[in-house]
Amino acid sequence: MSETVIKVENLGKRYRIGALTERHDTLRDQIVDFGRGLANTLRGKRQPNAANEVWALRDVNFEVERGQVLGVIGRNGAGKSTLLKVLSRVTEPTAGQITIKGRVGSLLEVGTGFHPELSGRENIFLNGAILGMQRAEIARKFDEIVDFSEVEKFIDTPVKRYSSGMYLRLAFAVAAHLEPEILVVDEVLAVGDAEFQRKCMGKMGDVAQQGRTVLFVSHNMSAILRLTQEAIVMEKGRLTMRAPTPEAVDYYLSAGRAKIGERVWDADEIPADAAPFRPLVLRLRDSRGNVVDTLRSSEASTLEFEYELGGPIQGLRVGFYLSTARGEYVLTSFDTDAPEDFERFTNRAAGRYISRCTLPADLLNEGRYGIGINASAYRIKRYFQDEQALSFTVDAVGAPGMQWPEPRPGPVRPRLAWEIERAA
Amino acid sequence: MTELAKPAETITVIKPSMGWSALNLRDLWTYRELVVFLTWRDIKVRYKQAALGVAWAVLQPLFTMIVFSVILGNFLGVPTENDIPYPVFSFVALLPWQLFANTLQRSGTSLVSSANLLTKIYFPRLVIPIAAVGAGLVDFFISLVVLFGLMVYYGLPFTLNMLWLPVFMLLALITALAVGLWLSALNVQYRDVQQMIPFIIQAWFYISPVVYSATVIPGETLRLIYALNPMAGVIQGFRWALLDTTPPDASLAVSTGVVIILLVTGLYFFKRMERVFADIV
Repeated sequence: MSETVIKVENLGKRYRIGALTERHDTLRDQIVDFGRGLANTLRGKRQPNAANEVWALRDVNFEVERGQVLGVIGRNGAGKSTLLKVLSRVTEPTAGQITIKGRVGSLLEVGTGFHPELSGRENIFLNGAILGMQRAEIARKFDEIVDFSEVEKFIDTPVKRYSSGMYLRLAFAVAAHLEPEILVVDEVLAVGDAEFQRKCMGKMGDVAQQGRTVLFVSHNMSAILRLTQEAIVMEKGRLTMRAPTPEAVDYYLSAGRAKIGERVWDADEIPADAAPFRPLVLRLRDSRGNVVDTLRSSEASTLEFEYELGGPIQGLRVGFYLSTARGEYVLTSFDTDAPEDFERFTNRAAGRYISRCTLPADLLNEGRYGIGINASAYRIKRYFQDEQALSFTVDAVGAPGMQWPEPRPGPVRPRLAWEIERAA
Repeated sequence: MTELAKPAETITVIKPSMGWSALNLRDLWTYRELVVFLTWRDIKVRYKQAALGVAWAVLQPLFTMIVFSVILGNFLGVPTENDIPYPVFSFVALLPWQLFANTLQRSGTSLVSSANLLTKIYFPRLVIPIAAVGAGLVDFFISLVVLFGLMVYYGLPFTLNMLWLPVFMLLALITALAVGLWLSALNVQYRDVQQMIPFIIQAWFYISPVVYSATVIPGETLRLIYALNPMAGVIQGFRWALLDTTPPDASLAVSTGVVIILLVTGLYFFKRMERVFADIV
């Protein structure tokens, strides 16, 4: 039987931009502002307030049922973190309301409240209390927590002497044993070594198995795909899609394009530190030169990246990453990979450029792929990077082995030369 | 039904709070253990790396008392009451004063120094300034033992009035908390407050009868005005309870009244500001 445990209605959160940028208001500023406001009022021109405000969340509506594991995906600044902060009551919404049944535990940031001078043991109790556990509850789970963290030898050592890995393991162990009815997780899986990450994923899986509700925010699409069945996509503070995870991930990977097969960067999407590099358009063209979303595996295609240099850049290389929909890399290539090009373009003068790359026929298997863009000077500076610039589908019509309509594992599908010989 | 009986689940409604919200002290009660843990952390961390450790709790008021006795007691000849030796007279006052001053300092800056908690985890924000109050008590009790030693040394009698000490101690703490609530909430938005706190404490020191006797205030009316400073009532109370000086009179009622007003308004002001703490801290 399904039962709604989280109900979000018309949720909105507004920030004053001033509050986001100038963090330390001083009385003097306030007095100056007040004076300025008064002067403007007297002169009859009121500044519109809306200019100083930004809605980090706007009209967000969704429900989560008991035991559901819901993924939350979106680009940086889409409102994911704000949503989790409002859900875990760290900050108040400006509009709308949320109704929650049960205790909410958040793994917004592991290790919050850890004190470097205190021992591991002391920090377990302190951190547990901060996360809302009762003393008896912590005592009961103490051994389990220590076990999970693998730091039992150092449990009475101040955590300031811990390595960063030990510190994170202990912190995650406490948070993971919180056992709330609703768990809110934000990117914690980025911590620790591969072995520990596997353990964390396992723990998350357990939590979901026990019928607890999980909200999982991550940039790691393969983790989202593995752990969740359904996901919501956030864009500019609004919830734009709720769908089965593969569909939502696909939408997310291809979102933000003006047109299919093309990605145009608006001025406000380019970080200030990218200058003098300015990305303009990335296009994917098929063998006939049409801008397309779907390629044929058996035909060559062209990737075209147009950009502008506001000034000369020494040693610039512009290239792309090709990855599968699950985020696994297939290949990386740069426009100055060839030694002769590398020498010809040691210094790229200001101006507008197009770097064009031909993807040969018979390269990719059928499926969905993503292209990330990178413009950098090796070991000097990364000017610009967009991990999810474009995505496209590869159609296997005409590819080798199509006489058998079965999916083939692996991202590449080259036409390899076979010889069949009858051995004597 | 195969499902096991579950404890009744709490239903939380999160929505923008309007106007002067309720204090929600029940929520605070469920987090009482956190208050204890944070207090315990402060105490523990405080003494952990200091070479002299707990000795500071004795040395600090002791040295202050010696300086006061030499300069004010001997050179300036500041009068005490009932011929009580100046060292004891000032030390008795230093006890509640330092409890108050340290607590105010800590709770006033408590929210800002816990910014990392405020921006990441939910708990009733009142926990933070309240936990800052408890940490000063250890110092206080250690100094109290020193005071008893001094009294024995000077041959001063202990009386039953001493039973009133906890009341005055509580009054000092509540005063510090009440002012601390105002200052800590203001400090989140205006860091100027942090600069003002030492100055406030210093000025407050001079308007409190720590190094002089409250009896030097002339006239009934002036004395009642003087009692608007709750610490005046607290210090007079301490002197009376331990040294049997002039008992606190109507002025204590005035002091208590002021404390209650400060505390209640402080709580509501804190609650009002609370909703934006995480956004602007």
